[in-house]
Amino acid sequence: METRTAFHKKLREIQDDILALGSMVSKATSRSIEALKKRDLELAQHVVADDKKVNQKRYEIEEKCVELIATQQPMASDLRIIVAVLSIITDMERIGDHAEGIAKIAIMIGDEPPLKPLIDIPRMAEQTIDMLRRSLDAFINHDAEAARKISAEDDTIDQLYDQVFRELLTFMAEDPKTITRATRLIWVAHNLERSADRVTNICERVVFVVTGKMEEIGASKY
Amino acid sequence: MNINLDVQDISTRPAEKCVTKLKAENINLYYGTFQALRNVTLDIPSCSITAIIGPSGCGKSSMLRLFNRMNDLIPGARVEGNIELDGIPIYNSKIDVVELRKRVGMVFQKPNPFPMSVFENVAFGPKRHGIKNRGELEQIVEKSLRQAALWDEVKDKLGQSGLALSGGQQQRLCIARVLAVEPEVILMDEPCSALDPVATLKIEDLMRSLAADYTIIIVTHNMQQAARVSDTAAFMMMEPDRAGVLVEYGPTAQLFTNPKDKRTEDYITGRFG
Repeated sequence: METRTAFHKKLREIQDDILALGSMVSKATSRSIEALKKRDLELAQHVVADDKKVNQKRYEIEEKCVELIATQQPMASDLRIIVAVLSIITDMERIGDHAEGIAKIAIMIGDEPPLKPLIDIPRMAEQTIDMLRRSLDAFINHDAEAARKISAEDDTIDQLYDQVFRELLTFMAEDPKTITRATRLIWVAHNLERSADRVTNICERVVFVVTGKMEEIGASKY
Repeated sequence: MNINLDVQDISTRPAEKCVTKLKAENINLYYGTFQALRNVTLDIPSCSITAIIGPSGCGKSSMLRLFNRMNDLIPGARVEGNIELDGIPIYNSKIDVVELRKRVGMVFQKPNPFPMSVFENVAFGPKRHGIKNRGELEQIVEKSLRQAALWDEVKDKLGQSGLALSGGQQQRLCIARVLAVEPEVILMDEPCSALDPVATLKIEDLMRSLAADYTIIIVTHNMQQAARVSDTAAFMMMEPDRAGVLVEYGPTAQLFTNPKDKRTEDYITGRFG
């Protein structure tokens, strides 16, 4: 028999909020890459502006968590969920910041001629977004095994990052005039690599919710 | 249910101070034909606070009262199994129950000072145990009231009736009364349930300071209190025939953040009970 219906309803609402925030930062990430690919400066401006909404949502969730701790004294798995949420929203806000960073680079690049068609960078973005979505599913479903698997996929992101880095280095070595443009793209790839690292943090929190243990499950190469 | 825990593992006290003070082995308690406790086994570490939590009627207070044989006073009560204090079985016809209750004192839910002065309340036990010298009694009274964090509030009204004190003060007076006979173990049965939040926190603070020298076992309905005050916690519940069993026993921090048993989890998160 459920005896703390109101409390558990609020806790479920917070978990819905987490999904909403996840969807906001996923969208920001994919739109920032789209803006970069299509040189759509207006879209890039939107991503930058929308980051404020991401931050707002994060604070809103944080306040709800603090309120539940203060008024409901959560215990055991309820407590672990709230502690995990507080950490996960920080990671998601940072993913939002990385998307904003990419959008700002897109604005910086403006209408300069493209250095090369973007292939690996969008691939990194797609995979990061997919990992994020699945990590949040794992959080909602309390699926530690899925979280561990997703975390291991960070290696692929690191490999793609290496590939992008090496390729752009070749451009710069061959023609120093490309250095500025190539460096900017390295920044983009770096932002995505960091976002994927944040996803592994989220996965660690999923494992914590399930097992009660804080453990590092996927140490990034970078 | 057997839950074997090494007291060294569950205590936050230095190893040399931590020994098994009380041991309950395969305890079955009956009130007439009704079985109140089934197969309870647990070791209570010395110089620490052990909390017993669980829903109403799960046998927490019965469990507590086993440790100083207070259940003997209930007609039809029968105990099977072994309980030891410092390795000596206490359910043994040779045990002097009065001496046992001196070593294992008890504080009750409702403050119950005797209808006599503050001084006489505290001096009552030592007098009963043969101390007559006024100076010695005065020393005991002051020491006990200081230990119970009550001295400063009552030192100028030792001659006043204990019943004239506030509820929180009365409960600390009862604790001083227990301390006056120099017990080793203090059993507390819902010691704060009749007190306001500030008085409650004072008692909890007092318990923490006493835990350095005494073994304390507290039964409480208030899970937050158990979480705040205890080093180890035991969760009990009722089986379908209403017999109480021990479900989980371990370090307090672990029991409240990551309980091992689903039933503990459900109870402390309010999913049943």
